[in-house]
Amino acid sequence: MPVTDPSPALQAAVEPDEAALAERFERTVAAEERIEPRDWMPEAYRKTLIRQIAQHAHSEIIGMQPEGNWITRAPSLRRKAILLAKVQDEAGHGLYLYSAAETLGVDRAELLDLLHAGRQKYSSIFNYPTPTWADVGAIGWLVDGAAIVNQVPITRCSYGPYARAMVRICKEESFHQRQGFEILHHLSSGTPEQHAMAQDAVDRWWWPSLMMFGPPDDASPNSARSMAWKIKRFSNDELRQRFVDMAVPQAEALGLTLPDPELRWDAESGHYRFGAIDWTEFHEVLRGNGPCNALRVEHRVRAHEEGAWVREAADAYAAKHAARAGAEVAA
Amino acid sequence: MSAPARVESSAPVDQPATGAGTTAATVQYLLRLGDDALVLAQRLGAQLTRAPQLEEDVALANIALDLLGQARPLLARAGELEGRGRDEDALAFLREERDFLNCQLVEQPDVDFAGTIARQLLFSCYQLPLLQALTTSADEVLAGVAGKGVKEVAYHRDHAVQWTLRLGDGTEESSRRMQAALDRLWPFAAELFESDDLVRSLAVRGVAVDPASVRPRWDADVDAVLAEAGLARPSSVRVATGGRRGLHTECFGYLLAEMQHLARSHPGATW
Ligand SMILES: [Fe+2]
Ligand SMILES: [Fe+2]
Repeated sequence: MPVTDPSPALQAAVEPDEAALAERFERTVAAEERIEPRDWMPEAYRKTLIRQIAQHAHSEIIGMQPEGNWITRAPSLRRKAILLAKVQDEAGHGLYLYSAAETLGVDRAELLDLLHAGRQKYSSIFNYPTPTWADVGAIGWLVDGAAIVNQVPITRCSYGPYARAMVRICKEESFHQRQGFEILHHLSSGTPEQHAMAQDAVDRWWWPSLMMFGPPDDASPNSARSMAWKIKRFSNDELRQRFVDMAVPQAEALGLTLPDPELRWDAESGHYRFGAIDWTEFHEVLRGNGPCNALRVEHRVRAHEEGAWVREAADAYAAKHAARAGAEVAA
Repeated sequence: MSAPARVESSAPVDQPATGAGTTAATVQYLLRLGDDALVLAQRLGAQLTRAPQLEEDVALANIALDLLGQARPLLARAGELEGRGRDEDALAFLREERDFLNCQLVEQPDVDFAGTIARQLLFSCYQLPLLQALTTSADEVLAGVAGKGVKEVAYHRDHAVQWTLRLGDGTEESSRRMQAALDRLWPFAAELFESDDLVRSLAVRGVAVDPASVRPRWDADVDAVLAEAGLARPSSVRVATGGRRGLHTECFGYLLAEMQHLARSHPGATW
């Protein structure tokens, strides 16, 4: 129940000044406690999170397209069911993440408009095409695999709603990775044509997967601040290395070759060493010149525009019924 | 819960399905039900990433998954009874168009969201009472699928009803589109309730439910929703038929070509 407004003098006494708030924020973050939506936070922290969570949410929903491309053509009913469930999960991830972003004072419709206008990004990995069924396997194994490596540390992010969304998401991502591995395993040990299909997909997805961790540390300007705020826990290069160390033995188990002649075990460091990444390609795709950038955004925009009349109808219906309910209460 | 009446008969309803003729008929019946579910799942699955909002991507995928989950044991059971070594995948991917026994309603393409919803409304209002009655089928697999399916389809129907109300009683455009979708799909509704010797003989044995018996419930349910949504019940002149005999509309060949292409390109391969 609202009561009478407190006097300005009383309000000033109740509200601590900004320096005190900032100090409390720093202490909370340093103590590994969570920042919650009602807590004070620096404007730059809020902006960074909105950008990152929105980009993450956009990646989930744009990421539905390359695999969704195979739902109608999945080669067995079991595979069709698994793929449907997987792509549906990604839509669910998008929903959790847009909700997490909304706790920071933006709304989903606004963020979608920015995506559609090309003013917010999504992971560049989804700008590569899926010409064969094996691409569904390669995406599950490598792309969801890389996503797990990227996202597990975010379960400890300083911002509560984002960290909690990530806990739910990571559980599902490990199922995604397993089904991708299983698809490739079946293909690799299947007919010669199936094996070749699997190898071809891995050849095409390996390098773009390594690029998913972002530019090398010395070229990643915003990383240090995100690390200080405990939004980010490990550097891009650390995460990339972790992914390579995980993927190489799995590739061996699959009986598939990773397309990097320089890939070798380094006993001294206890890590796999890998060849140089083609950052020119990365920046080209980022700039919009990947094979599917235009296609992905067009598909999204078309679904959104073709659905406008449906969303309007739902709003109009809700408004009419609220008005009728109000009239009944009044009468 | 009172199940809709089966066809009048002096034979005991729980008499087990025996004999080669009955088995062959049961296979056909399982294919009719299984193909309905499979084809509708295929249409809905294609809508994923195309829905008007993310919640609908999730909802349509849910419905597709439920239907696919119904189709698989039905087709597997048909293959098992048939005894020619065909599993669910052989039946889904290696049959020709003329051997698919789904009704023509489920194969109708998604013209817009109103069409998707209208198809769901007409089908789920039929499928729900049908599955309710089939929960006591003498065929255990069929009874099991029906038992699980009843809960799922109750949700499908509710989803379709809620959207029919919103589109019917939303804006001028949504009402116009919803009415057009109903008018377009209405000719395909009658086929759902078609009865023939095959289904009647199986109903006598307690395996099948005569679809004609669920028509009164369907009429009542659909009429109630249309009335509340301010939509008119279309006055159908044309009545489409043929699906249960393997005759389909022209769009169906393309659906199968897409669905079957990869599986057929690698004979003998497993996935
Ligand atoms: Fe995801
Ligand atoms: Fe995933």
